[in-house]
Amino acid sequence: MAAGAIPSNDTDRKETTPMAASGAMKQNGLRKALPLLLPAYAWLTLAIFLPLSAMVYFSLLTSMSPSEQSSSLTLANYATFFSDPLYATLLLRSLKLGLLVTLICVLIGFPAAYVLAKIFKGRAREAIFLLVILPFWSNSLVRVFSWSMVLREGGILDTALNAILPFHVTFDLMYSFPAVVIGLVHSYLPYMVLTCYLSLQAIDDALIEAARSLGATRFTTLRRVVAPLALPGVLAGSALIFIPVVGSFMEPRILGGRTGTLYGTVIEDQFTAVYNWPLGAALSFILLAVVLVILLVSAPVLRKAA
Amino acid sequence: MIRAPAFLSGLGRFYIGLVLAFLYLPLVIMAAMSFNVSPFYQLPFEGTTEWYVALAQNDGLIDATINSLEIAVLTTIIATALGTAASLALFRYDFAGKRILQALLFPPIAIPWLISGTAMLIFFFGTGIGRGLHAILLGHVALALPYVIIVVSARLATFSKDLEDAAASLGATGWQTTRKVTLPCIAPGIVAGGLFAFAVSFDQFVVSYFLATPGQTTLPVEIYAAIRKGFTPEINAVSTIIIVFSMSLMLVVSRFFRFGGDQ
Repeated sequence: MAAGAIPSNDTDRKETTPMAASGAMKQNGLRKALPLLLPAYAWLTLAIFLPLSAMVYFSLLTSMSPSEQSSSLTLANYATFFSDPLYATLLLRSLKLGLLVTLICVLIGFPAAYVLAKIFKGRAREAIFLLVILPFWSNSLVRVFSWSMVLREGGILDTALNAILPFHVTFDLMYSFPAVVIGLVHSYLPYMVLTCYLSLQAIDDALIEAARSLGATRFTTLRRVVAPLALPGVLAGSALIFIPVVGSFMEPRILGGRTGTLYGTVIEDQFTAVYNWPLGAALSFILLAVVLVILLVSAPVLRKAA
Repeated sequence: MIRAPAFLSGLGRFYIGLVLAFLYLPLVIMAAMSFNVSPFYQLPFEGTTEWYVALAQNDGLIDATINSLEIAVLTTIIATALGTAASLALFRYDFAGKRILQALLFPPIAIPWLISGTAMLIFFFGTGIGRGLHAILLGHVALALPYVIIVVSARLATFSKDLEDAAASLGATGWQTTRKVTLPCIAPGIVAGGLFAFAVSFDQFVVSYFLATPGQTTLPVEIYAAIRKGFTPEINAVSTIIIVFSMSLMLVVSRFFRFGGDQ
């Protein structure tokens, strides 16, 4: 009797409490998944999460080494950021640069993605798409450097302009703010084309046809049908560009020279030239906080768009 | 089928041509200048291979190149192994907190490298792990892991769980199923993920820059140091080689992994 009761009890439990059953399955799932997941997450912990925590701790120290007797906890490094207007000015400058570069990438990249997704077909589209994103996977340092040959006095643009124009012009954009912008747009444009293309490609051509057959002009169709549907791609691309540009330091150094002092280059200096690591850590953490706040604020918009 | 008027589609093609010119012209010019006689990039153009010969004798750059390749290969092996294992776990099993675990993959991509790099510098220095090639490897694997997991997971999404169940019902053990059924099916994804990992590591500059020491450095860090000392045509030569190398690599990747093209 007992032997018969147990299985029926068992099925009873499965039927009456599906929640508990799925909870047990989920627990079981974690137990099975853990050995496969552990190595990857252990590595990320060691190389990303612990370092980020260490950076927060370091930003609260008075001096370089935590083992030194004189070192104690302080908020002085954060106070430095708020008392010296230089840092806020540079952060603002970096944020503006991020906005400008992102905006230019949208203006250039969106039409390119549109042409790619809606005019080119088949193999030609695949080939050109590959050509657009290929530079992205080559060395960004080298790509930035290549602009120095174009923008400097006596460079290609200077030589070409003087060969065409009847009068002499001196064309030297090297070590200027526009040079930094050009280099950064060149570096990050493929991101924008990629994300816009992915969302544009997903738009059914029938929708565009329907709008047109109902009498919408090309521009109205673009504005009322295509643009809203492509928004997730534009926003994703913008986030992917804005974040690294705000923290850029190599591009401004190579193309901006002395005019290229930005928030990122000041952080770099704290670690490689001035050796004030606690201040550098505080400045890095402030940048991280600003970026996170911007992401959190835009997250609902992103989710709604997606 | 919507057909844009001929002049509009012509305009579109012209525009794409301009964008491609913007993307490639500086690289073409740099490559051309690496074959130019004048060390100050003066025109008219006069061909030479002397900068490539000089490059072959530049021990600093050659050592850095070897380091870069070694680290990229190790990063590829480690990140592909760890990433594929994690992707399989995320594909097969369901558990509480899975979404959070998946979200935790993104910080290496979403946080500016400047911040990751300086944070690693502080942590590795403070804990005695120290700087150098081993530290660079630690960092590169972490940066490459999310890419591997994203690419392999994308491939797994096209893989049917029924195949694993079929293998299991025919008596295959878990490991046999993985080795004989799952892994062969997702092999293109694993290869693409591995090549991504290689590219991420080989091109990585920012994180390497903060973790490198004078004797233990990678090619991009060495190039950056050389650029800041002053431009030389040797930099053009080595840059041209890198560009050709990484672009060829990604052409190979594109054979395994379609970048959002037509399916």
